[in-house]
Amino acid sequence: MSTHLTPSSPGQTLLELRDLHIRFQSRGEEVHAVKGTRMTIAEGETVAVVGESGSGKSVTGMALTQLLPGKPACEVTGEILYRGKDLMACSGREIRQYRGKEIAYIFQEPGSSLNPVFTVGHQIAEAIKLHRPEIKDVTAEVIRALDLVHIRDPEKRFRDYPHQLSGGMQQRVMIAMALACHPKLLIADEPTTALDVTIQAQIMNLLRELREKIGMSIMLITHNFGIVKGFADRVVVMFRGEIVEEGPVEEVLANPQHPYTRALIGCIPRLGNRRERLTTIDYEEIEQALKKEERV
Amino acid sequence: MMTEIPQATITATDSLIRVKDLKVHFPVYGGVLRRVVDFVRAVDGVSFSIPRGITMGLVGESGSGKTTIGRALVRLNQITDGEIFFGDKEVGQLTTRGFFPWRKRIQMVFQDPYNSLNPRMRVGRAIQEPLDIHFPRWDRRRKEGRVRELLDLVGLPRNSGERFPHEFSGGQRQRIGIARSLAVEPEFLVLDEPVSALDVSVQAAIVNLLQDLQKELNLTYLFIAHDLAVVEHISDEVLVMTGGKIVEQASAEAIYENPQHPYTKKLLEAVPAI
Ligand SMILES: Nc1ncnc2c1ncn2[C@@H]1O[C@H](COP(=O)(O)OP(=O)(O)O)[C@@H](O)[C@H]1O
Ligand SMILES: Nc1ncnc2c1ncn2[C@@H]1O[C@H](COP(=O)(O)OP(=O)(O)O)[C@@H](O)[C@H]1O
Ligand SMILES: [Mg+2]
Ligand SMILES: [Mg+2]
Repeated sequence: MSTHLTPSSPGQTLLELRDLHIRFQSRGEEVHAVKGTRMTIAEGETVAVVGESGSGKSVTGMALTQLLPGKPACEVTGEILYRGKDLMACSGREIRQYRGKEIAYIFQEPGSSLNPVFTVGHQIAEAIKLHRPEIKDVTAEVIRALDLVHIRDPEKRFRDYPHQLSGGMQQRVMIAMALACHPKLLIADEPTTALDVTIQAQIMNLLRELREKIGMSIMLITHNFGIVKGFADRVVVMFRGEIVEEGPVEEVLANPQHPYTRALIGCIPRLGNRRERLTTIDYEEIEQALKKEERV
Repeated sequence: MMTEIPQATITATDSLIRVKDLKVHFPVYGGVLRRVVDFVRAVDGVSFSIPRGITMGLVGESGSGKTTIGRALVRLNQITDGEIFFGDKEVGQLTTRGFFPWRKRIQMVFQDPYNSLNPRMRVGRAIQEPLDIHFPRWDRRRKEGRVRELLDLVGLPRNSGERFPHEFSGGQRQRIGIARSLAVEPEFLVLDEPVSALDVSVQAAIVNLLQDLQKELNLTYLFIAHDLAVVEHISDEVLVMTGGKIVEQASAEAIYENPQHPYTKKLLEAVPAI
């Protein structure tokens, strides 16, 4: 399979989205969830996609490996170029080769992404057997994967069922499973939103460490600008299916250009700033700003 | 409003709520006979008092016992030991019946706006329900008028009453939960992670709303969260909890500027810096 892909080297474009549109048909009405976005992710780069619920972040991530329902319920148009290959043109069988192996996912609710009837070890083993048939000692590889995400006593945890683990532990298992096949791109869709702040910090640190170790790219999907700083290289801000701003994280945080970006940054409570009222989003102002952009 | 009260004058007698050595233990059953083999000491000897009109923050990780304290205050949990005073009256030992008149003065808002509303009940009815219980003598017009007033108060469109919970976003549902808790004009609200399940942008709007309502209605809050940044923002005083015990209590400024307990420092470090 990888013969069809351009060889990888750091800094080179890994993923490129061009004029991506995602439309849903629901009860005779069209929901235009993503409206002609473009985005690139370079090898080794972490790009954060930030926006409120419903802005089209998750469907963007899911469209990459055809995880959305097919026509007529959902229509995806545009180009999704992964290492030079147009993933939109892939058959279902072909895309399954990429999903998990090249592009892996972790989601907000680790509990609902894990299968409750199988042990944690079994689920990771299945992923490894599917994508790395050359591995002989699968059990040893699973234990290595659990060890990688700092799960203590991996030999014991191997036999645990998902419900026996805390939310933070479940997310570690999800990460172990996603990374067991050494993907080049990790789509981390709200990976810490369902977790306590302390656990959130641990998981973000873990992702940071593994990114260095494995050298993968990450698309971090989040509604919270707070976790982007110090983690992502670039940020893409989405509002109602459109990208309203993008740039290096530090620049956007220091000098946000779009009123929506300013509101998203202003709404985060900051320690030691309790006299200030939190910013809320003024949708009229944002819509006017968008109209003005269209005119020029 | 509360900031005008100098710290020194806050004594036990000014407290709206006073909790003394509260314990809530849950039995753990085991063996073939399902006998009690152990206890989960969810809340294990906790004391604090909340002056009228302030926001007391309660922060700690999942499982530290925050919800159990909140539920004990509104008598959704039986207390194992200790006392709970509302003003001068001990209410922790009252029977369910004896507690009834206090129930309308102490209300609770829950974390999950998705599951805390009955999906088949129109929003107007859901908000009116506490009025049916506590003000049975009110006629229909009066109750409906009160519902409209409450919708205004929490910033929801007036026609919201006709609609069902699924037609609302998470933030709007939390507004519905707040309206419902305010229906009977309580003095004290237990807010159990009211913004934890919401987008940060929506969190901000709800935090601002809660602050406005507090001023307007002279409310006292116990605000529970796992996120110290939110707690520090909204609270006057903060309780830090871990393993069923309170390990630090201080003003919001002191918690941030001069944390004493290692666990408080850990919570502070976990807050993403932006
Ligand atoms: N399976 C689906 N059917 C119909 N509409 C959908 C479906 N999935 C997502 N949408 C719609 O697409 C829009 C974007 O959703 P999503 O990408 O999940 O938002 P985000 O991840 O930014 O919160 C929303 O309006 C949502 O209702
Ligand atoms: N009804 C119950 N029966 C048994 N254990 C309980 C019950 N409610 C809570 N617990 C336990 O008490 C501890 C504290 O829980 P909780 O008050 O919900 O914590 P928090 O709200 O801080 O996350 C946890 O270990 C929890 O499992
Ligand atoms: Mg999403
Ligand atoms: Mg709780």
